[in-house]
Formats: sequence, structure tokens, C-alpha cells
Amino acid sequence: MEGLYHDATIEESNVKKQKNIDPNQSTTKSVDSGPSKIKFSEAECNLNLSASTKIDLLTQMIRIRRFEERSLRAYQQGHIGGFLHLYIGQEAVAVGSVSAMGEDDHIITAYRDHGHALAVGMDMDECMAELFGKRTGCSKGKGGSMHFFAPDKNFWGGHGIVGGQTPLGLGMAFALKHAGKKGACLCYMGDGATNQGPFYESLNLASLWDLPVIYIIENNGYSMGTAESRHSAGEPLARRGDAFDIDWSVSEGHNIYEVRSTIAKALENAHLNCRPSVLEINTYRYRGHSVADPDQTYRSKEEIEEYKKNKDPISIFKDQLLEEGLLTDDQFTEIDSQAKDEAEASAEFALASPFPEPAELMDDIYWETDYPDETTSKGTMFFEYPVTKS
Amino acid sequence: MATITYREALNQALSEEIERDQNVILLGEEVAQFKGSYKVSEGMLERYGPNKIIDTPISEAAFSGLAVGAAMMGMRPVVEFMFWSFCYVAFDQIFNNAASVRYMSGGLINVPIVFRGPANGGTNVGATHSHTPENFIANTPGLKVICPATPADAKGMLKSAIRDNDPVCVMENTILYNMQDEVPEDNEFLIPLGKANVLREGTDISIIAHGKAVHTSLEAASALEEKHNINAEVVDLRSIRPLDVDTILQTVKKTNRVLLVEENKPFCGVGAQISYLIQEQAFDYLDAPIKRLSAVDAPQAYSKALENAQIPDKNRVIASALSIL
Repeated sequence: MEGLYHDATIEESNVKKQKNIDPNQSTTKSVDSGPSKIKFSEAECNLNLSASTKIDLLTQMIRIRRFEERSLRAYQQGHIGGFLHLYIGQEAVAVGSVSAMGEDDHIITAYRDHGHALAVGMDMDECMAELFGKRTGCSKGKGGSMHFFAPDKNFWGGHGIVGGQTPLGLGMAFALKHAGKKGACLCYMGDGATNQGPFYESLNLASLWDLPVIYIIENNGYSMGTAESRHSAGEPLARRGDAFDIDWSVSEGHNIYEVRSTIAKALENAHLNCRPSVLEINTYRYRGHSVADPDQTYRSKEEIEEYKKNKDPISIFKDQLLEEGLLTDDQFTEIDSQAKDEAEASAEFALASPFPEPAELMDDIYWETDYPDETTSKGTMFFEYPVTKS
Repeated sequence: MATITYREALNQALSEEIERDQNVILLGEEVAQFKGSYKVSEGMLERYGPNKIIDTPISEAAFSGLAVGAAMMGMRPVVEFMFWSFCYVAFDQIFNNAASVRYMSGGLINVPIVFRGPANGGTNVGATHSHTPENFIANTPGLKVICPATPADAKGMLKSAIRDNDPVCVMENTILYNMQDEVPEDNEFLIPLGKANVLREGTDISIIAHGKAVHTSLEAASALEEKHNINAEVVDLRSIRPLDVDTILQTVKKTNRVLLVEENKPFCGVGAQISYLIQEQAFDYLDAPIKRLSAVDAPQAYSKALENAQIPDKNRVIASALSIL
């Protein structure tokens, strides 16, 4: 079955899809693909964007980058434990897609979640404090980098197991449809997650039951340190949706206009027809799988530099806005400087915030132990108390 | 009060809660058109329609995860596993997602979901269909696990489980589905989770059990009285997590001898935790070592001859009791 958005432009990007760049042979697709850039900027969803909204999109991408760069420093300084999966290089995907959402649209993602969290409007302080393991963190220091949540902003995490969120996103779409809402769930995943079984079980149900879930494969080319050519049979990955009669497409995630256009079409299909989509969005992460990743065993420095030089989503959009006459270099510098200050302030906030008390270990496990006045159960819920609650 | 089967009691609980709360749905393999693999949901598709009683493909990971996602958004799904053994392919959704989301979100998100289905051996279906995972479910903070052993408990506890704001795993038993007993017709008949039930008062020994082992223990207690003049107390735990520690300690302090009976496997089983609790909190009341009787520690056998030898029966309960008297 022909994918709904399987137009000529997408065919072109399929053909040029090349993740394993040989540094000696420049196969990187030119960023300056004039016609397609103009086309996406003139897509219906982008045509009527106000100047201030466009500046805001750029600002959000810059904020994510500066936040993450600051978090990396904090990690190196020993303030952040465990894993830190950075989103740097992929910012246009989260910002572009979230900006296309309506009131009843929801999102859920995997463990590389900082970008999505900031894009939905979580503030840097609560995010940085969570990374520092502080009580002022969005999850009170109980979730960490991989487990940010903001249900009040339609953001349902932040999930640590590769592909484990794909049935959850399906369930959110199910709940929206059951409640008669004209909403969809954007369920993000990496290219590596496409090889997990529950994803296919979910695709089957999404199509069988007409559920408004949009699977967004943020294809950064690597499943941890394993290149797509070594982890996946058959290209493109999104084509796997075809087996379930699900509309699919492949698009470039370096251009925020293209991301918005892709998401807007899928949202429309979800809202109007209650149909799922599989959207493969090509992107790239500059940092390792996580900060602890040596990052030199599976890709070359040249490859990373190539992307930074030619496909950086912030540079591309900055140039676009300069060209559109909506931005000046001074304004850009000012936005960047404010983002740096905001990130720095969030690190100071996180550092100054208190750690949770050991007694808080036992909070937030069961609803009814948090609300003892309303409990209906009897008996003992916990069997070892490392600390007594004050 | 009407006399109905365990199966009908579950059906009543599900039906009453679906009528009471529009967020409650039942989903699973063969629950709708087929009327349930064990006919628990018989008549419910006709009464409540396909939006409430939902047949799923054989995709436990997807439909369990779907239900968890829907529960995070405020629905109250009841997921039926044809056998609890099949939850193993949905392990990630139950143990990483349902159990952990509340904690990892710092209490921002609740997961009011019920996973239910039979978890028992004794029907000659071999190792892959006979698992009793209540012990390792109970090992996971964030989950609750209950094992109703009677029709009344099946109704009252399932209703409580559906109204609970946290994930509750309900362990049923295919052998008990046909058991008949009196069950209140009251829509508000709720049995709180975590409350054990002393089914037989006694003075000489406490037999503490859960699930079908409760009935084996009651039979053994009758025989102990008739043939050995021993007066055994039988305690039905009903719920594993939360656990009624008070009732356990009371019966130990009363009889001073304890036999723990379960169809669960022994290593790190439910009885292991209870025996630790008793030695820690009632050590001085014990007149004999705590005795445990579990399923024989092998994968569940197919052959009737083997499986009968594997699961605790009346005679082994009697022998175990006599060994500490």
C-alpha cells in the first residue's frame, strides 16, 4: 500500500538516506536543498506562522541545546549520576513536532527526553534539579534523566526501556478515542526501538482498532553504538508500517519546517480519520548514546563534524530566519545569551536545592500510602523500613 | 444471598463495576465473542457492547501496555490474562511501567489497573501454563497482589481491586471457577485488600495458606480433628501484598505452631517471607520450627501422576502438620 505522504520529495530523501558516512567520501546530503526548503516553509502549517512564533521555535531549540550543554558540564563535575542521554543535534524534531500539537494531543517518549520536556514547557529549573537528584526536580529526584513527566502539559514521560513506551502511547490514543476527544498521541522512539517486538504488536492494534497514535522514529542512525545498517534489515524503517496498512513517511529532521509539515499531516489524519502513522524522521545526535559512551568506536569524528557543519537544525533555522528577514545576528546572539544564562541559573538552582530526605524513599509508591485518610486497604504494604518517617 | 460459582462472582464484580464507572473496561484474549476462555465474562459483550468488553489479538505486551497507558490517562482497565503464565511476555509493561510510573513521576501519575486471570497448576497443562507468580509480583513495590480463594472473596476483592488507584494483580484459579458458595448481591460488597480471614478456629496449630491451598488446608484440618484429635486453625491470607501481618502474628501467638501451605514454588516463595516475619516478630511464641509445604521445586509437570505428587494435597498437609506437633 502506498503511504499517504509518500510523495516525490520523500522518495528523494529515501534515496539519499545515508547514515554511515564514509569520511573519505562525502555522501552527506547537501543541507542547502533550496527547493525543498522553500516548499516546507510554504507548507500550510508554516505559512501563517507569525514572526514571533518562528523566533520562539528557534529560541526553544537553543534553550534545549544550552540546557543540555550545561547538564553535560554538571555531569562532568559529578553533580549528575547514572546516565545522561543528550539530544543535542535532534532539537528540531521535538520542538517542531510539539509546536504542531493541539490542545488534546499528548506525547510520550523514550529516555532521551530532555528536549521533549522543555519543548512542552517544563522549566529548566525542575529539569536540571531532577538531573541533580534534588527534591525540587520534576519527579522529586526519583526519576532522573530518563524519567521526566509533566502530565499537566500532556507529557507522559520519559521511559527507560527501549520500545517499552510504544504500547503506552497506544493506550493514550485509545483513552483519547474512548473519551471522544479529537486528539492524538505522539509516541517518539529511536531507530533501535523499531526492533522491539511490542512495537509491532502495537502497530497491529493501532491499525486494527483505528487508534490516533503517531509513531515518530527519530532515526539518529545508531541504536546505541550499532549503526542502522548493522541493526535493521530493510529500509526505510518506517516502511514496516506498510505491513499493517499504516501510512508512513520518511522526512528530514534537520529542517524544523519539514518536521512541522510532516507532523501536521499525520495529526490531521489522526484527528479526522482516527488513523495511526509511522513517521521516520532522520536526525543526528552529536554526543554519544549517553555521556559515558566512548563515541569513537562506531563512528568517525569527521562524520559528526559533517553533520554539525551542514545539518545543524539550529544553524539551518537561523539562516532561514535571517533570509526571511525575521532575525538579525544581534537578536540571535541575544537569544543565545539568554538561553545560556537560563541554563546557568537552572544549574545554580539545582545545586542550591535540597536533596530528598531518606524517609521520602517510601513516598509515591502507592496512592493510598500517600493518602492514608482515604485508604481502603488493610494490612502491611512495606516489609523493610530503612528509615523511619519523621 | 445467592449461591453462585466463583466464576459468576467474578462476572458480577466486573459487571457491577462497569455499570458503576464508565472508565472501567475489560480487555483480553477471547473475553467478548468467545465469552471468556473460562467463561468469566459470559454475557458481558451483549450487556455492555464492544467498547467495554474488548477482544484483543494474542499480543499480551501490547494490550497490557495499552491498558497501562490508558490507566495513566485515567481509565480503569481490567486486563484478563488467559493464564497468568502469559504475563511473562508482557513483563516489561507490568513491572517496569505499571509498577514504576507512579514512583518515577514523583506521584504525578497513577496507574489504576487490574491484571487478572488464573494462576495455578493441577490441570495437567505443563510448565508453560501453570505458573504462580504471586511471589515475584509481591517482590515488586508498586504492585499489589491478591489471591481470592472463595466466591465471595472473588467478588468483594475484585471490586476493591478495580476501585483501587494502584495496579492490582488478581490471581484466580481454574479449579476454583466452578466452586459454589453464598455471595452477597450488594453492589457495595467490598472486601478490603490486605485483610486475612480465619476460616477455621483452632488451638493446636496454625495452617496459613492462600489460593486453592486454603481448601486443601481446610480438608486436612478436618481430618486432623477426626483422626488425630488435633484442633487446627486455618488462616486464608487472601492478599499477599498488602499482607495482614497482624492476623498472622495473632494466630501464631494463639497456637504456637505454624504450617505454611502454598501451591507456589518454595524458593523465595510467599511462605519464605511469612516465615521470616514470624521468626522476627513472634519468635518467642514458637514451640516448634516453622514448617513450609509448597509445590515440589521442579518445573510444573504434565503427567497427572507427577503433578499430583507436585502440588500439596491433603495427606501431605496432614503429614507436615503432624511433623511439628
